[in-house]
Amino acid sequence: MAEEIKAHITGIVFQVTAKVGDKVAAGDPVIVLESMKMEIPVEAPRAGAVKEIRVREGQTVQEGETVALLD
Amino acid sequence: MFRTVLVANRGEIARRIIRGCRALGLRSVAVYSDADRDALHVNDADHAVWLGAAPARESYLNVERLLAAARESGAEAVHPGYGFLSENWRFADSCARAGLTFIGPSAEAIRAMGDKPEARRRMAAAGVPIVPGSSEPVADASGAERIAAEIGYPVILKAAGGGGGIGMAKVTRAAELVAAFTTATRRAQSAFGSGAVYVERYLQAARHVEVQVFGDTQGTLVHLHERECSIQRRHQKLIEESPAPNLDARTKRGLTEAALAGARAIGYVNAGTLEFLVDEQSNFYFLEMNTRLQVEHPVTEEVTGLDLVTAQLRIAAGEPLPFSQDKIEQRGAAIEVRVYAEDPAKGFLPSPGTITRLSLPQGDGIRLESGVAEGSVVSVHYDPLLFKLIARGADRAQAIERLAHALDACVVEGVKTTLPLLRTIVAHPDFRRGRVHTQMVEQGAFHG
Repeated sequence: MAEEIKAHITGIVFQVTAKVGDKVAAGDPVIVLESMKMEIPVEAPRAGAVKEIRVREGQTVQEGETVALLD
Repeated sequence: MFRTVLVANRGEIARRIIRGCRALGLRSVAVYSDADRDALHVNDADHAVWLGAAPARESYLNVERLLAAARESGAEAVHPGYGFLSENWRFADSCARAGLTFIGPSAEAIRAMGDKPEARRRMAAAGVPIVPGSSEPVADASGAERIAAEIGYPVILKAAGGGGGIGMAKVTRAAELVAAFTTATRRAQSAFGSGAVYVERYLQAARHVEVQVFGDTQGTLVHLHERECSIQRRHQKLIEESPAPNLDARTKRGLTEAALAGARAIGYVNAGTLEFLVDEQSNFYFLEMNTRLQVEHPVTEEVTGLDLVTAQLRIAAGEPLPFSQDKIEQRGAAIEVRVYAEDPAKGFLPSPGTITRLSLPQGDGIRLESGVAEGSVVSVHYDPLLFKLIARGADRAQAIERLAHALDACVVEGVKTTLPLLRTIVAHPDFRRGRVHTQMVEQGAFHG
């Protein structure tokens, strides 16, 4: 069952740090958001493989928006 | 004196500068991005020029657009405010080449103080004590390890190309150094366009005390006393005050003399601030020099009764300093708090959004510097500072009382702010006693 990774704040995607297929541990950053001159990582809530990345660098995401899927 | 000034900034500081222009009868030109079409500073100015899209590099950091805006609006001078291009020596130089007066120091002074290792060397040569550390950027992690072993842990890695707390990484033991070096290098690259970092000893429980200096083109240099700015998070200030509480006369004299010696050594003109760390034994060390107007300049204005912005304009126009050292006194006390759109309950996460309700206090000794109103959109693109609240009193106790009441009266809805934390700090016995240091907020001294 895939789990959605959601942005916890509104911001601009500064960096996509994980690729589809990457194995991540709980707490690993999947993307890094930039908001108000701060870089804020969006982390994997649990261990798993990245199934899908739904955002690209430079894109604005809203709080609560799904940025990636974890397998 | 020039007649038209382009204000190359936004928010509260743009409004403050426009007010300064008006006080001298000068015409002001605001600039704005797509995100700031309805911003207050645009409305305040006599004229406004659109720069570009919301991201700062396409608007407030876009030198070509700013120079074009100055040209098309007939501006003869440019005030950079703080942040954005204010400490970019190439911008100061570009203004000069375009025949515009840059309201600030020389491009060379900005360059020398912006190169942080060079600033350390220049200050040390002028007899100003500096924090032990590397005199040059370190080439790699092993170079940083060597210096850290010499000066002793904890150390702090800092970007050579810029200050303001951006990209700093504290390292408590050798095992953490390689990872911290990688992070610091990356952040330095992204913030300042150069990955060069240097190493300093990390001073525990130190206070941040800074000295305001002002020089004119005739060679006169004065100080406007000190500001205490220890209450910080992420190396960014939250509360500033003048005079610094519990600062003995000897240390204070040492700081102002060092600041003047340092500024004189680089032939400094216009407003500048030398930042120092003061340790528990009252030893002080130069941190960096900010070659611009500071966010916290109002506390100095409140205690000295002087207008720093109009003084900047006069000096940029070649006039002599409008005040002499023997007339610059601290009367009473003033404290400023910065209200940011951040959530202190969530590690100061940014809180962009629309301000649905805003009610700000008034009263004796209360001054507000705000960039927002009800309905303002707080954008993800810029600094989260919403407004500054400054309280002045006959003494520090009265300033604190006025500040506490004013903080209670502030209502901001729609975005989360630092207000709850500021109220807690101002009520805290350690703050009231003036027993503060730079790590208190992050150590949780004001929790609960």
